[in-house]
Amino acid sequence: MDNNSAFDAIDSNYLDVLREIGNIGAGNATTALAQMLQRKVDMKVPQAALLEFKELGEAIGGEETIMAGVYMVVEGDINGSMMFLLEKESSRHLVNHMLGGFGDPNAEEFGEMEISVLKEIGNIMTGAYLNSLSDLTGLKIFPSVPEIAVDMAGAILSVPAIEFGVLGDKILMIQTRFTDDIQIDGFFILVPDLDSYHRIMESLGMA
Amino acid sequence: MSNIIKVGMADLNICKAPDGITTLGLGSCVGVALRDPVTKIGGLLHAMLPDSTVIKNNTCVEKFVDSGLDELVKRMVRAGANRSRLEAKLAGGAQMFAFQRNSDLVKVGERNAEAARKKLKAMHIKLLSEDTGLNYGRTVIYYPETGKYVIKAVGKPEKSI
Repeated sequence: MDNNSAFDAIDSNYLDVLREIGNIGAGNATTALAQMLQRKVDMKVPQAALLEFKELGEAIGGEETIMAGVYMVVEGDINGSMMFLLEKESSRHLVNHMLGGFGDPNAEEFGEMEISVLKEIGNIMTGAYLNSLSDLTGLKIFPSVPEIAVDMAGAILSVPAIEFGVLGDKILMIQTRFTDDIQIDGFFILVPDLDSYHRIMESLGMA
Repeated sequence: MSNIIKVGMADLNICKAPDGITTLGLGSCVGVALRDPVTKIGGLLHAMLPDSTVIKNNTCVEKFVDSGLDELVKRMVRAGANRSRLEAKLAGGAQMFAFQRNSDLVKVGERNAEAARKKLKAMHIKLLSEDTGLNYGRTVIYYPETGKYVIKAVGKPEKSI
């Protein structure tokens, strides 16, 4: 099947549905984060867009922004990538909060314990996101063990981008940004493949 | 005043000295820089995948190392570069995450770098130096004036190859 022309058939109604998925998924996940932090976390209006690869960097606010990226492959009825990206200062803040004084709060690099904490935070949050998506659609979703990298956003995003480069020339991305007043700034990104996109639409009575 | 031209992911462009050309946050992708040292015409390809012949949906030539290099050389020659004088430098091809499930994509960074070496050899373009592999992202800036390829990475000193 010609992947691109099929994705091109995605019109604004469908993008609305995808945004709603981002809303519900990230809504649950930010609630989990707010509970961990015991602080209010705001969520921006989700974006759902079909992007060319060269537009990816702009979409997340610059390729060189240093972020902690927790990445997992999603399998089951929905196949694709799930990513949780947290700006580096936010990650530092979150880790310090979770470790409650253990570790070195001002170290430039994350140590093994900090990385492990970040991975677990990513796990909890993407888990909350995917659970709500699974509840909403009735579809089975199995995330892989999370992997983490702290690096430039462009380099981190090259990994899901390459997976989609195999399938076509564009990437369907559902992105939700969350912030609090001072310290937290990050993204959720769900990248479903074309078949999964159709299954999501079907399960919601849109196909 | 010179400009720095930006190249995105799955993208390529050319420039003429004193301008430079850059791509930001290379992960498993590779950045192949070419120049004609006489006319000082340079070019940069940011390719995601090694081989356009094994993948069906390949209307975007810039996505692949092989078809991207063909296109880049064509563009440079059209701009006045001499095909036989071209020289190359290579960066990127990292493995960003310790573990990737999709078996087709295991070590895609390494395979991208290998594809670039092979394709350059087949095109009789000399590869002068490279900074590839390992597990971190790179921002690169290429200056066709001198052939200097500047590489920046998080938490590492800037270097040029």
